[in-house]
Amino acid sequence: MEQHNEIKVFEPTADTDIKVWFKAAPVHAFPENGGACVKYKDLQIAVFNFSRRGEWYACQNLCPHKMQMVLSRGMIGSLDGKPKVACPFHKKTFSLTTGECLNAEECSISVFPVRIEDGFVHIGFTQ
Amino acid sequence: MKRVIVVGNGMVGYKFCEKLRSRTTDLEVIVFGEEPRPAYDRVHLSSYFSGSTADDLLMAPLSWYAENNITLHIGELVTEIDRTAKTVKTHTGRSEAYDYLVMATGSGAFVPTIEGVERDGVFVYRTIEDLNQIISYAKKVKRGAVMGGGLLGLEAAKALMDLGLETHVVEFAPRLMPRQIDDAGSDILKHKLSQLGITIHTGKSTTKIEGNGKLEGLQFADGTTLDIEMLVISAGIRPRDELAKATLLNVHPRGGIIVDDYLRTNDDSIFAIGEVAVHNNMVYGLVAPGYDMADVVVRQLVGDTAKTFTGFDMSTKLKLIGVDVGSFGDPFCEKTPHIPIIFQNKHKGTYKRINITEDGKRLLGGILIGDASQYSMLHQMVALEMTLPENPETLIVGGGGGGKADEAAGVKGLPDAAQICSCENITKGALVQQITECGARTIDDIKKSTKACTGCGGCTPLVNDLLKITLESLGHKVKKSLCEHFDYTRQELYDLIKVKGIRSYNELLDVHGTGDGCEVCKPAVASLMASIWNELIVNQDTIQDTNDRYLANIQRGGTYSVVPRIAGGEITPEKLSAIGRIAQKYNLYTKITGGQRIDMFGARVDQLPEIWEELIHEGFESGHAYGKSLRTIKSCVGSTWCRYGVQDSVSFAVLVEDRYKGLRSPHKLKGAVSGCIRECAEAQSKDFGIIATEKGWNLYVCGNGGARPQHAKLLVADIDSDTCIKYIDRFLMFYIKTADPLTRTATWLNKMEGGLEYLYDVVVNDSLGIGEDLEKEMKELIAGYHCEWKKVVESPELREKFKHFVNSDESDPTLEYVDMRGQKCPTDWNKK
Repeated sequence: MEQHNEIKVFEPTADTDIKVWFKAAPVHAFPENGGACVKYKDLQIAVFNFSRRGEWYACQNLCPHKMQMVLSRGMIGSLDGKPKVACPFHKKTFSLTTGECLNAEECSISVFPVRIEDGFVHIGFTQ
Repeated sequence: MKRVIVVGNGMVGYKFCEKLRSRTTDLEVIVFGEEPRPAYDRVHLSSYFSGSTADDLLMAPLSWYAENNITLHIGELVTEIDRTAKTVKTHTGRSEAYDYLVMATGSGAFVPTIEGVERDGVFVYRTIEDLNQIISYAKKVKRGAVMGGGLLGLEAAKALMDLGLETHVVEFAPRLMPRQIDDAGSDILKHKLSQLGITIHTGKSTTKIEGNGKLEGLQFADGTTLDIEMLVISAGIRPRDELAKATLLNVHPRGGIIVDDYLRTNDDSIFAIGEVAVHNNMVYGLVAPGYDMADVVVRQLVGDTAKTFTGFDMSTKLKLIGVDVGSFGDPFCEKTPHIPIIFQNKHKGTYKRINITEDGKRLLGGILIGDASQYSMLHQMVALEMTLPENPETLIVGGGGGGKADEAAGVKGLPDAAQICSCENITKGALVQQITECGARTIDDIKKSTKACTGCGGCTPLVNDLLKITLESLGHKVKKSLCEHFDYTRQELYDLIKVKGIRSYNELLDVHGTGDGCEVCKPAVASLMASIWNELIVNQDTIQDTNDRYLANIQRGGTYSVVPRIAGGEITPEKLSAIGRIAQKYNLYTKITGGQRIDMFGARVDQLPEIWEELIHEGFESGHAYGKSLRTIKSCVGSTWCRYGVQDSVSFAVLVEDRYKGLRSPHKLKGAVSGCIRECAEAQSKDFGIIATEKGWNLYVCGNGGARPQHAKLLVADIDSDTCIKYIDRFLMFYIKTADPLTRTATWLNKMEGGLEYLYDVVVNDSLGIGEDLEKEMKELIAGYHCEWKKVVESPELREKFKHFVNSDESDPTLEYVDMRGQKCPTDWNKK
């Protein structure tokens, strides 16, 4: 599974480090209060339209628990007001702002900044 | 380093070693045990007859002694003590020196001098060796008796019963357990035991054991006789003080080594603990005082002389042959002015007696037979000299249904100093601290940290109650509100949603919740809405749990399984072929399920609508293998083909499955219909199971398989199909409306106040007057049925949701398979 070995864990990036804003898809392609998966180069990115908060989040689609590409299909919600996503397989939850695992000892996931421009969802990458 | 030699490796001798090593490794320890095995639990000896092995009963394995630097010599009898030289000698000729000597030789079974006691077939009930001999002899005989109707005698009687013998108990005194219970209590106990098949003979003094070589019968002082082929003598115990006598230690005239409050004999270096010791003219035949004695000696050896042994409360509660018996404080008050309050229910076989002071303020003692649920509370009231309530009789009247609640309330009322576990002397305060400060959450946690419940096990129910109450007070949800976002129970939300006509999760969260929801409340609310409105769940797809989101069960790798409905497990060859063709076309792994249908695995999310389109075209519908919903109604072939079938079970199964398909519920629902009593469809392990009889159907409810299987219980017998459907309608709607989230019908019934009787009342007798409404609601749900896959297939908008990427038509490139027996399967995710 070479693809997985190449993924590095990175810190949440400051806007100034972003080199590319990738135009992924129109806003209406994403469900409300749910997620969908975006393909960027060799990466799979889960993007969440947190409608009730008026916020958008993005993170890696790979759940580190059993290394499965499914986080985009998980339910989102909040823990003490902080946005999170629950992996559909075993309900491991991850913060959508910091990527840390909230209910188990798992590695953190990468999170990415999201921008909405002209009705399109853009995701920020450093490469 | 100084050396301690322990003579005797019984329960108390072992406990001494355990307690010593928990305090110091600065003393060398050598133990001699006469029996050929290390210390074992003699209290629970009778479990040897119901499956426990000798190893199960060990207090600690041999390795424990080695790990704790204790030299244990088993099968070695100490034969001499030289007090001047301070040495001991064993039967092997070995000699060892000591600085301190602890006599823990316990007692042996008392064998009365009756003519014929040496005949074959006469045994005592003390060691595992005794038990092995009893088991072996019992194979050759049919009638046995136990001499002695005390605690141990009744245990031995159970053992004989378990070995299949016609069992008799012969007791010298006019009543059973003469030291713990009174005449009236003994009568009730006698009655209960005789119902179990044991014949009790009280007031019988055995004068002769008859037989030619081997035992054939007993002769009593009153001239009567009893024919038996085996006798187990359990007529008391006598201290093993022969060694003490020989070495001129002070011994009580009736036997036993005399000790002071420090458990010291008349020799400063020698202690005696357990059943061999006599303190204040008392010998203690229970394990708890022996442990306490061991503790006092251990403390002295490490220099702590603050604690002394001041006697011990002999209250006991135990289960004798399935009958609860409790005796606490002063059960008789023969010498104390008192007023007895007695509650007797001969029909139920219960007897409760409490002795209160003449001014009605305090409890002196009592006896409980048949129902000892109030034992712990009452025992504490005596021990702590607590003030009695206004009407003390309420303490023993009003048990049964309210009993459990009373008992729990009982723990609450106890002060922190109350002793909960008497074997290990652990107070309520100590236990509460373990829960509130040290993170104990289960009985196992408590056992590990404090050793409570590990001795006689009698305190376990009380510790359980204490756990429950303390955890609740710590904020572990007392009220079963869903989660941090909704402060309502599932039942309350059901009513809110229905009455206010709320059809979207967002609306419910906005009006009645806080925050932004989570993976707990979203599926719960989704399920409620499906149960109430039965609308297309894909319209609120992002609040659905995993499997409902894509109307398919997610599998390893991220693909899904496809299960078309095959009602009643019946399928035509044409339809079977259709499934085969579709599975081949999409290269799916196929398997037959426990629900009597076919599962196809390995469908990518983007393939699901296509596959279902083909299945629907062939006349199939969604099987709802996903979701908390009705799964299948299994069947076995009944009167159509089977030579034993008495009703047409397959037709009924098909009818029932078609009726309830699509129903969503607090948890999955499984049913079955069997064609005759042989029950080949396994209906008794289902949420609702129907078994054919000559006259119609028997309806069973609330069973389940899984991790904790439970058989369904018979609700009604011999009803016709229409009546059966009517009751199932009511039963299912009642369950849907009142169960907690993710609770199977079995758990729902277990928690139901009034249990099966209440359920019968509501469903069959319509005691709540809601029968008609329940049936009406069910009819509405049934009328609203739609195949959700058909809806998805017919809607391009809904089909759009079934894609892996939102910005590409590519499928997931990470999917990987290996071959297994000619079909595909995902690579093992543990190897990633």
